[in-house]
Amino acid sequence: MRPIARLLLVPAVGSLFLWMIVPLAMTIYFSVIRYNLMEPGEHAFVGLENFRYFVTDPSFGTAIVNTLLLLGSVIAITVVLGVLIALLVNEPFPGQGIVRVLLISPFFVMPTVNALLWKHMMMNPIYGVLSQVWRAVGATPIDWLSDWPLLSVIIMVAWQWLPFAILIFITSLQGMNREQLEAARMDGATWLQQFRFLVLPHLARSIAVVVMIEMIFLLSVFAEISTTTAGGPGDASTNIAYLIFKQALLGFDVGVASAGALFAVLLANIAAAFLIRLVGKNMDR
Amino acid sequence: MAPEGRSDYFGAAVRRLRMDFTSETGLKVALAIRSVAAWFVALLLFFPILFMLVTSFKTELQAIAVPSVWLFTPTLDNYTHVQERSDYLLYAKNSLITSVVSTLVGLLIAAPAAYSMAFFPSKRTKGILMWMLSTKMMPAVGALVPVYVLAQGAHLLDTRFALIVVFMLSNLPLMVWMLYSHFKDIPPEILEAARMDGATLLSEFRHVILPLAMGGIASTGLLCLVLAWNEAFWSLNLTAANAGTLAALIASYSSPEGLFWSKLSAASVLAIAPIVVFGWFSQKQLVQGLTFGAVK
Amino acid sequence: MTFLQLKGVEKQFGEVRTIKGIDLSIERGQFTVFVGPSGCGKSTLLRLIAGLETLSAGSITLDGRDITRLPSAQRDLAMVFQSYALYPHMTVAENMSFSLRLAKADPAVIKKKVDRAAEILNLGPYLQRLPRELSGGQRQRVAIGRAIVREPKVFLFDEPLSNLDAALRGQTRVEIAKLHRELGATTIYVTHDQVEAMTLADQVVVLRDGAIEQVGSPLALYDRPANRFVAQFIGTPQMNVVDREELPPTGLGVAGAAFVGIRPEDLRLTAPGQGQIAAQVELVEALGAETLVYLHTPRGAQIVLRQSSRTTLVAGDDVGVDVALDHLHWFDASGKLLAAAH
Repeated sequence: MRPIARLLLVPAVGSLFLWMIVPLAMTIYFSVIRYNLMEPGEHAFVGLENFRYFVTDPSFGTAIVNTLLLLGSVIAITVVLGVLIALLVNEPFPGQGIVRVLLISPFFVMPTVNALLWKHMMMNPIYGVLSQVWRAVGATPIDWLSDWPLLSVIIMVAWQWLPFAILIFITSLQGMNREQLEAARMDGATWLQQFRFLVLPHLARSIAVVVMIEMIFLLSVFAEISTTTAGGPGDASTNIAYLIFKQALLGFDVGVASAGALFAVLLANIAAAFLIRLVGKNMDR
Repeated sequence: MAPEGRSDYFGAAVRRLRMDFTSETGLKVALAIRSVAAWFVALLLFFPILFMLVTSFKTELQAIAVPSVWLFTPTLDNYTHVQERSDYLLYAKNSLITSVVSTLVGLLIAAPAAYSMAFFPSKRTKGILMWMLSTKMMPAVGALVPVYVLAQGAHLLDTRFALIVVFMLSNLPLMVWMLYSHFKDIPPEILEAARMDGATLLSEFRHVILPLAMGGIASTGLLCLVLAWNEAFWSLNLTAANAGTLAALIASYSSPEGLFWSKLSAASVLAIAPIVVFGWFSQKQLVQGLTFGAVK
Repeated sequence: MTFLQLKGVEKQFGEVRTIKGIDLSIERGQFTVFVGPSGCGKSTLLRLIAGLETLSAGSITLDGRDITRLPSAQRDLAMVFQSYALYPHMTVAENMSFSLRLAKADPAVIKKKVDRAAEILNLGPYLQRLPRELSGGQRQRVAIGRAIVREPKVFLFDEPLSNLDAALRGQTRVEIAKLHRELGATTIYVTHDQVEAMTLADQVVVLRDGAIEQVGSPLALYDRPANRFVAQFIGTPQMNVVDREELPPTGLGVAGAAFVGIRPEDLRLTAPGQGQIAAQVELVEALGAETLVYLHTPRGAQIVLRQSSRTTLVAGDDVGVDVALDHLHWFDASGKLLAAAH
């Protein structure tokens, strides 16, 4: 039996292995040579030159900051609002099923549709819904994409990922031991105390998971930026992913882009390490 | 509670205002407040989608009217127009083909692996699963350059094949993981009973495992279909006019072609509608899949 | 000729020797019960015979054929699992006919066999139901029906009654006995309940720590246990085993014996001062049809006495205990039987 079992694993393990090793090896290789898609010819070894170039790119610092801001804000918004909304819709009420369906819908909207939806219909300073709301309360409408490009991207991405957080938290809340809460209520705990001492610790685990998953996926936020602000104005809404893209596919400089990619991979690895440990513990249960 | 003496009327009034939320009416009021709040938040969050849906039935003039028009005669012109655009049909076909094929091929590769790990576990099984997870965690941008260069070298840029391969590999860890946990959910005695009844490995799989795991396989497939369909990173970077998916098409609407809002809305609605609906059905898989089982 | 023969069967899980060199013969049509405390290896032994585990050493021969290396599917055995292990997505009829359908049997033949099994087990009205629509007792009958349909060489039962409630257990036990009489099939039955062993078995195999303690008919084990363990495992209440010094040294006894055993029903109450043992009553359990009297001797030994008549004794009363001297069992210090007075 056993040799057959190992054979069955080969296609999956083999293809994933290639998928992991080949790009990584190539990226490492590219990052230490001079390789520009527009300049055929010798690929000279340039050591850490590409890294230096990437890091000293004036946009680099901004990109890092933007990436972290994007990550931090979206995570904060989705977790805080996610917990609150999950608590709100957890207990039954009329129409709970429909509400739940409405709440999770934004997650399944294509990122490019998401981007254009917000860019044109919500955020357009003249015709957009937000501008109408602003005018209705007597304020001057904001030109979101020009004046607050990063914030606009943050709003779009948060809108898309909030349902994910809500869904995770609802699932976690429903798995919670009811009797614990009833015992606390009999012990005289108010709702706030129940939340602080029982609910929140229980949610801590799924909050951790949400944070880590979002960290991994949000590092690669790309579509929203490229379809709305193209990283601008200037580099105001450029993140690491977009910067790499700019270097590779707009600047055609594969070497520098690869160096940048290794940065992104490093950041992702840190988040992944924690998540894997958490999942590994869960598997042993 | 009758107040004691006139001096206590105030106290009684205050007591009555600070409602007892565990009383009969108190519970009803709490429920009402919660329902209203929940519906409000849900509609607020859903509003952009709703707005887009409504806009798709307007004429362009109505679409850009300010303040927004809510009462109007709906028209299907935008939908017919979108479907007449030949590139829309092409891109829709590309989306469909790439997501369906990548999911099917992925399942064909993932199922044997999951079967092997679920029913013939070894010391390495856990390690392999963890490792597969880790490949999913690498940001796509990390592989962009090499994949682009490889695709370019193999003349696979702007082909459906490239997308199928990339989608399949991106979702493979998810599929293996989820199929593994569904296979593990089958009680082992049932398989032993099948073996005693004379079943070979293949019969076991065909008559017992497959029927019992079918639900899980289907929703795993559904989830991966959704993820592949929505995939925008690779679609935008590896394709152009020939193999572009709907994600790319929608992005192209943003180039200065003028403001075709209602048409854009119609195109978007067509692009996302089936997926949003599929998404409603694959909620549970989403939670288990995207958190790699860390949240049950 | 022996129908099923186990020779030197051994099983090791990692470092642990779970089954230690078992030799066993089972005749055709015989109802054999493997009984023993938890962890004694009885289920493992059954699974080795079934082919669900592989032997570390030894051989198994069935009807002249060496099945040691054969996969379960080819051993012509049927097993009834403790948890029934019914196929949840198949109806009762499909569950019972699965093995025949796999063997590509003639559908008419399949139907006849399934109907016959359903008739024997009263499953007729349930043939189109799914397992989740059945009660525990019904599911168990389907599991048995699945085995019957196969007409195997040997039926294997793995603690089939342990998931049933007490009332159903007694009822089903009777049904299994009747079934065996009707079908005359060779059966191996695993249980931890010695009552099931006593009532159902032609041959009882008592296991402890992976080895056989004794093999024999139920009454042979009851009357002539080979050692203290079997003596105290078979029979409720347990056989009283006490220091030989409890008995008066009246020329009774066997050289080298350290302990003496006597069953509760072989003791009689007499007036204090009479009989072989002086004792004081600790507790009286009046069960209606019989009465159990728990006593302790001056040396501190606890004994149980069983009688069919009622008693007016209460805790604290002093009594004399008359021992049926022709029902004594003598054990040496290691527990082995030296002599029994039958």
